[in-house]
Amino acid sequence: MTAARSARKGTLVAVISTLAVATLLAFAIGSSPSWPLVQKAFFDGTYFSTSLPDVAGAFFINVQLFVLAEILILPLGLLIALARSITSPALAPLRIFATVYTDFFRGVPSILVIYVLGFGVPALRLPGVPKEPFFWALVTLVLIYSAYVSEVYRAGIESIHPSQERAARALGLTRFQALRFVVLPQALRRVVPPLLNDFIGLQKDTALVSILGVVEAFKQAQILKSANFNFTPLMTTALIFLVITIPMTRLVDRLAAKDRAAQQGGAR
Amino acid sequence: MSTTRSRIAIGQTTRMAVVVMAMAMFLAACGGSAASPSASVDASCAKDKLALKTAGKLTLSTDNPAYSPWFQGGNEGATVWTGDYNNDPSKGQGYEGAVAYAVAEKLGFAAADVVWIHTTFDQSFAPGAKDFDLFLNQVSINTGRAEAVDFSSGYYDVAQGVVTIEGSPIAGATSIADLKTAKLGAQIGTTSLDAITSVIKPDTEPAVFNTNDEAVAALEGGIIDGIVVDVPTAFYMRDAQLTGGIIVGQLPSASGAQEQFGIVMEKGSPLTACVSSVVDVLKADGTLAALLKEWIADKASAPVLK
Repeated sequence: MTAARSARKGTLVAVISTLAVATLLAFAIGSSPSWPLVQKAFFDGTYFSTSLPDVAGAFFINVQLFVLAEILILPLGLLIALARSITSPALAPLRIFATVYTDFFRGVPSILVIYVLGFGVPALRLPGVPKEPFFWALVTLVLIYSAYVSEVYRAGIESIHPSQERAARALGLTRFQALRFVVLPQALRRVVPPLLNDFIGLQKDTALVSILGVVEAFKQAQILKSANFNFTPLMTTALIFLVITIPMTRLVDRLAAKDRAAQQGGAR
Repeated sequence: MSTTRSRIAIGQTTRMAVVVMAMAMFLAACGGSAASPSASVDASCAKDKLALKTAGKLTLSTDNPAYSPWFQGGNEGATVWTGDYNNDPSKGQGYEGAVAYAVAEKLGFAAADVVWIHTTFDQSFAPGAKDFDLFLNQVSINTGRAEAVDFSSGYYDVAQGVVTIEGSPIAGATSIADLKTAKLGAQIGTTSLDAITSVIKPDTEPAVFNTNDEAVAALEGGIIDGIVVDVPTAFYMRDAQLTGGIIVGQLPSASGAQEQFGIVMEKGSPLTACVSSVVDVLKADGTLAALLKEWIADKASAPVLK
């Protein structure tokens, strides 16, 4: 009973403090003499409603791009992570390649990769090599995010205590079987939240395809912005991205909480 | 490529000499200060009555890089407009550069009282106070834009042209119908994109690039078949940027009003009326026509496609 009351009191305090902060912020921003100007430039109702159908339509390209990319990234990232975990001296070249790959593609800005691949490769005019911007944007995102995702996988694999593998080996499982049936199932469950986190990053980075001339949501918004010198269409795009990413962020939070609860439950 | 570039360089040197002489004569004529504004511009537009960003100085602005034929004369000694193909606007050369100094002169500013700062296209219409008095950057006037900024009267009548390269599917195009199947590109923020969608109406969606340079790279890479851009820039692309560049032709105007470039000023700027009347005077007394002839010459138009 007292626990329920203190929880209610906690909620009340949280609501009051949130309202106070929100009011204060709204007042601080609204009291600026140039707020009406900023409001007209960034939050104009008319430009919002006229830009919504165009931007939402163009967002379909972003969706195609991040769904296709994620389908390729998940297995590729795992393969790279496994290649980096190889200890056999004979397969050292594979491990070195995987290491250099992740170092390189995590280290260079995505925007540079998309420039080089999207403009540079088609300029070689090699027969049979695609020149479609969508293709090269997909390649760029897969290359870069596989590098990130492989590190997530690797962290997951390394977080599994070595005793797990040793126990599996002692039971007669081969090294591959130990990895496949003992280590990976535990590792993958642990990395679901960070993988979703990278997936959200990937969704936002689909706007990079605009550099190659593709009219996706962000570029469509820029076109409308430049046509009328009003930034509201960019806010429309932000809203569309948020509609997709916020539910996913909440999902990540819930998964993480569930995982924590499960682990603590096991410890007790 | 290199021969084209050197030919341009020679042309620029000659022009530079002419302009330096003209500027020297202008400075001598007005004694470097207190040039009296022309009688045809209202007296309330006298230099000392103008509300300027920096008193006594006219702060002009454009984007970086500044391309020929809008700005010319190279960039020797420049600190902001650096690099190949870039031009220092304070040389007062190229069509927009020359128009900028003609406006400054009519308002009573000596060349030495003109200051150039760099403003990006997006910054030029972002809300709030601007750092510049006047922004000249091939900005087309339209009513939507005029809600966010002030425009002077138009100082240039824009026509859109199509440029391509040898080996492109539209290299031999002679009509708008020939362009229907082409993958065309344009720069974002330009009315060239409107020209594609409303005049050519191609089967494939146009590609939209952040800069003209990227559109050129896409054309060279075969990602697009042609670029739609204002005619003088189309000639510049053909002569300086593309290997085997071809001007396909000029597009008829979409409908109704003639598209014009205007000088951008802060919304509600106290300068707007004066700058507009100065542009009107420069148009009426033939100055703009003479500058057009000097800097753009026969590159202002191409055969119109039907």
